[in-house]
Amino acid sequence: MADFLQLLVSGLATGSIYALAGLGFTLLWQASGTLNFAQGEFVMLPAFGILALSGLGLPLPVAFAVTCAVAVVVLGWGFKRGIADPLLRSGHMPVVVATLGLSIALRNAVRAGYSAEAHPFPSVFGDDLFHIAGVVVTRIDLGTLAAALVLVLGTQAFLARTVTGRAMQAVAQDPDSAVVVGIDVPRMILYAFAVNAVLACAAALLVTPTYLAKFDMGESLGTKAFFAAVIGGFNNARGTLLGGIVVGVCENLAAAYVSASYKDAVALALFLFVLLVRPQGLLGKPVERRV
Amino acid sequence: MTRRSHWLIGGAAAVVLLGAPGLLRGYGVYLLGYWLVFVVATMGLNLTVGYAGQVSLGHAAFLGVGAYSVAIAMKAGCSFWLGLPVAAALCFVLGLGLGFPALRVQSIYLAFATLGFNVAMWLVMRNEEWLTGGTSGINDVGRPAVLGWSLSGSLAYYYFELAVAAVLGALLWRLLRSPWGKAFTALRDNPIRAESLGIDVQAYTLLAFAIGAAYAGVAGALFAGLVQFVEPTPFSLGASFLMYLMVVVGGAGSFFGPAVGAAVGVLLPEWLRFAQGWYLVAFGACVVLLVRWLPGGLLGIPDRVRARRARAAAATRGRP
Repeated sequence: MADFLQLLVSGLATGSIYALAGLGFTLLWQASGTLNFAQGEFVMLPAFGILALSGLGLPLPVAFAVTCAVAVVVLGWGFKRGIADPLLRSGHMPVVVATLGLSIALRNAVRAGYSAEAHPFPSVFGDDLFHIAGVVVTRIDLGTLAAALVLVLGTQAFLARTVTGRAMQAVAQDPDSAVVVGIDVPRMILYAFAVNAVLACAAALLVTPTYLAKFDMGESLGTKAFFAAVIGGFNNARGTLLGGIVVGVCENLAAAYVSASYKDAVALALFLFVLLVRPQGLLGKPVERRV
Repeated sequence: MTRRSHWLIGGAAAVVLLGAPGLLRGYGVYLLGYWLVFVVATMGLNLTVGYAGQVSLGHAAFLGVGAYSVAIAMKAGCSFWLGLPVAAALCFVLGLGLGFPALRVQSIYLAFATLGFNVAMWLVMRNEEWLTGGTSGINDVGRPAVLGWSLSGSLAYYYFELAVAAVLGALLWRLLRSPWGKAFTALRDNPIRAESLGIDVQAYTLLAFAIGAAYAGVAGALFAGLVQFVEPTPFSLGASFLMYLMVVVGGAGSFFGPAVGAAVGVLLPEWLRFAQGWYLVAFGACVVLLVRWLPGGLLGIPDRVRARRARAAAATRGRP
């Protein structure tokens, strides 16, 4: 039982990070129809950014803040202007192709230009152990889970309660009507890209102490983020949180009780199962096709 | 393009493909053989991507299934000629099984399903040591013989690959010109209109995907014979991304696109060896530029040049 609880907690922590990366992915899809297959690299780059800045002697919070600012400009505004905007005019597929190309380019640029090694990464939380009711829990797990939950729920609250957030949701649901009621649609889409960039930086800060900073860390993280988003319901931000946590927990339990070597296949199995049983995702609404 | 220039280009390509290996040294012939493997595989992927309009990100996994099928069959003492159809059939069935749940929802879900499938297959190749040899792979895969004529020489095997590629290319050509193929194109261009004309969109998309997978299976069988050593590395998710991009670079939905795309993905890095890791950086960046400014791929260039000339001609004619 103690083992089980321990696995549950660390699964929740990993899952909340999948949710964090997946949430940005869902936001971009909802706001503009952008499918970002470089999402994993959008987490990998800030990880190296934070690492490089703290290598210059900046304290971790400052390094993180600077990286966030740069990411909003480069991975938010720059990505929107340079890739999403011009390509979305001709449908979803060109964006998929371009972000795949981008992911290969970014991954190999870090490998060839910086390092092919895995780099240790400082944790915000330290690595002490706690004993709670006979269960050993690491501070990293608890801190990660708490921070990721705060971020995901905070983004939720921002979308549901603030005027800007509601305007962003209106754009996601129906851009034409949003224009009619006077919402600045391009600005709301830009916000979605900016939020995605910040969420990616936060995911980098939280996940890299465990994953280590490596040029290909984005591959498995990106994959899990997609699955978290799709399993939870592609058109629903709350679903992404659920999807991420389901994937993280099931993965951990399957690794312990079924087979450790097939851990990475759990997300696929869950995805296919959800597609067969509830195609719109756990919390998603069925989409009607428009002619 | 006029009919005559078609024949000229086709003839020149045939002369090069038949003659060049005789002038090349061992490694050059091997590289051309490697290129042919990817031509066959991306031909299948082009059917899925270019003609049926799907995103498939697990093609390397099908290539791997094909390669392992042949390697395992031959290690068990079976003939290559048994392994080859098994490889194709296995990939076809896997394609149906994977495509069915994904294509029920939104076509983009096939991208996620294939992506996960690639990860899962890679784990099987790496972990099931009793079957696949794990990371150390399967050594000394033999080459087949045709009618008592051994293909163990590198030149002979190259011509064998060329023949297989030609046969599969001809089959695809026929398929695309049949009513079936027309249906593929119709559903890519406008799925809803295609459906209203009585085309079962789901069935056709699924079939296009499964046939594409079977082509990868055959390519994998050729790969096993060519390299004679099968291990998981060439069948990773990254390889699938590259194959998808090869199709796009060559020109998705253009018949000879895969040959060009595979050359960019397989032959060009060999000439640009000095660039090392930066080659993939440049490749990825070029893909981004390409979709932005040249959506038809490299084979779209002649069309654009012609369109521009026609416009220029119309402009001069319009002048008094």
